[in-house]
Amino acid sequence: MRPVLTISIVVAFLLAAGAAQGSPGTPKRPLAARGYHLYGQYCLRCHGGNAAGARVAPSLRGVGALAADFYLRTGYMPLQHLGQQPRRQPLILSDGQIRALVAYIATLGGPSIPKPQPWLGNVSQGLALFTEHCAGCHQVVAQGGYVTGALPPPLDRATPVQVAEAVRIGPYVMPRFSQHAITNRQLDSIIRYVEFTKHPSRPGGWGLGFLGPVPEGLVTWFLAIPALLVLCLLLGRRFRS
Amino acid sequence: MTGKRNAIISALVLLVGRRRRKPREDAARIVPPSPPNQAAELVVLLLLGLSSLCAIGFILVYAFADSLPDVTQLLGLALGLALLFLAAALVVVGRELVPTEELAEAYPPHEHPHEQRLIAELTDEAGTRFTRRRLFKLGLLGAGGTLGLAFLTPAVSFGPLFRVGDFLRTPWRKGRRLVDEHGRPYKASDIEEDNFYLGFPEHSSGSEKEQMAASLVLVKVPPDQLNLPPSLEGYDAHGILAYSRICTHAGCAITLYRAPLFQPDEPKPALVCPCHYSTFDPATGGTVTFGPAGRNLPLLPLYEDSAGYLRAKGNFDGPVGPSWWGVRLWKAQP
Repeated sequence: MRPVLTISIVVAFLLAAGAAQGSPGTPKRPLAARGYHLYGQYCLRCHGGNAAGARVAPSLRGVGALAADFYLRTGYMPLQHLGQQPRRQPLILSDGQIRALVAYIATLGGPSIPKPQPWLGNVSQGLALFTEHCAGCHQVVAQGGYVTGALPPPLDRATPVQVAEAVRIGPYVMPRFSQHAITNRQLDSIIRYVEFTKHPSRPGGWGLGFLGPVPEGLVTWFLAIPALLVLCLLLGRRFRS
Repeated sequence: MTGKRNAIISALVLLVGRRRRKPREDAARIVPPSPPNQAAELVVLLLLGLSSLCAIGFILVYAFADSLPDVTQLLGLALGLALLFLAAALVVVGRELVPTEELAEAYPPHEHPHEQRLIAELTDEAGTRFTRRRLFKLGLLGAGGTLGLAFLTPAVSFGPLFRVGDFLRTPWRKGRRLVDEHGRPYKASDIEEDNFYLGFPEHSSGSEKEQMAASLVLVKVPPDQLNLPPSLEGYDAHGILAYSRICTHAGCAITLYRAPLFQPDEPKPALVCPCHYSTFDPATGGTVTFGPAGRNLPLLPLYEDSAGYLRAKGNFDGPVGPSWWGVRLWKAQP
């Protein structure tokens, strides 16, 4: 009696799981089929069967090759701990694995990987657009900054394609910018400016992270002023004795 | 030729050569003799030499400015080190080479005690014409005090004391359209979720544009997340909300919008001020969820007209801009 009950419960669970997953099956193209298996290995635990989403992670249906390429090539995914902000990390997937996974996600619909043309953009227009849309969080020379509850990353290692993808996705708490808010031509200018900021000129002194007056003030208050005070005390020591 | 050479050599010998000063044979010295300190002299010479080297470095860097990276930094470093070495040399001179001694000189005894007493008596008696001394003192005190107060009066300009009207005026009237920074009117369909837009009053003149209440930040909140308090019921146009862009803490412009991609896991949507990180929740009428701001972000009521354009339905629910004394007693005025 006992084994029969156990077996029937297991069978019922398997049936239920099968029913919940639906059955689109593996994709036909070999690359996407390989991606489907990799999906089961790396992504399924959080994003659920057939990329339909789960309580802990969003659905990947309709996000397209654009989002898959962004998250995998920046190392944002696979995420190490649920609930933390995705950070740029060393890649654990090979280039071939990433291409396979992107091909699989692309079969579920959605936008393709953008092809920005920064050489058509204009640096000065890019600076204006970056100041308007991006600098609030990423700081005007794209060194990253702070927002309550999250850390806007520096863009020093973001490739032109990744910048174009992030603008359209709005990863984590970043706003999402549609074609209406930022046109593709404007995006080219923004990317050209971001490329420019990777080697900023420092005419006025050392950059100190280019974070503005706060680190400069810290240097003044906590390094320069104590050094001057110590010097004054050392100089005046003889007269006190 | 040899004459010139001899002249150069003798000049060098004069400059570099050490001459021991002959001890004076006559009367006793004023400064007591102390042994020479050759080590300290050497240190001073070394420091002066380093200082000259740094100064020469400054000249060289300036000369080859075009072919060097970080010229400003190198110039600063060279000049700074030159001054530092010079200062160090002077410190060593002061501490080790210049003799020091402390002398205490006693005060001389009082001179002319009788005359001094006479002067004191004279000043005492000179005041006997005043019959109401206390009143005089009071009058003097009053004059001095009010003069001090007069000097302090301009400080009133630092904050609103008598003219709060300027702080309450807004360019918004019922029916005024919202435009973007290029003057194009916003349609309700232009505003997308997970993004934020800057808004201004249409056809605003110079002085109106400069008013604190002119600039808005527009966001769209999905209907199932919108949770406005009863007093702000109907301030949104199909989920589109127009908040004042000026933070209620110190008056900075709100430039950060937190728009989570996956709601269950990530921080909630919020408008954040970059100065002190005051964080406002757009879904609940701009309530403060973090930071030093003391009151809600003012909300401008909106409606969508028949052509689909966004228009103001009235004025803000509270005074726009940084907080000041009694700010909660007032309402925004058109």
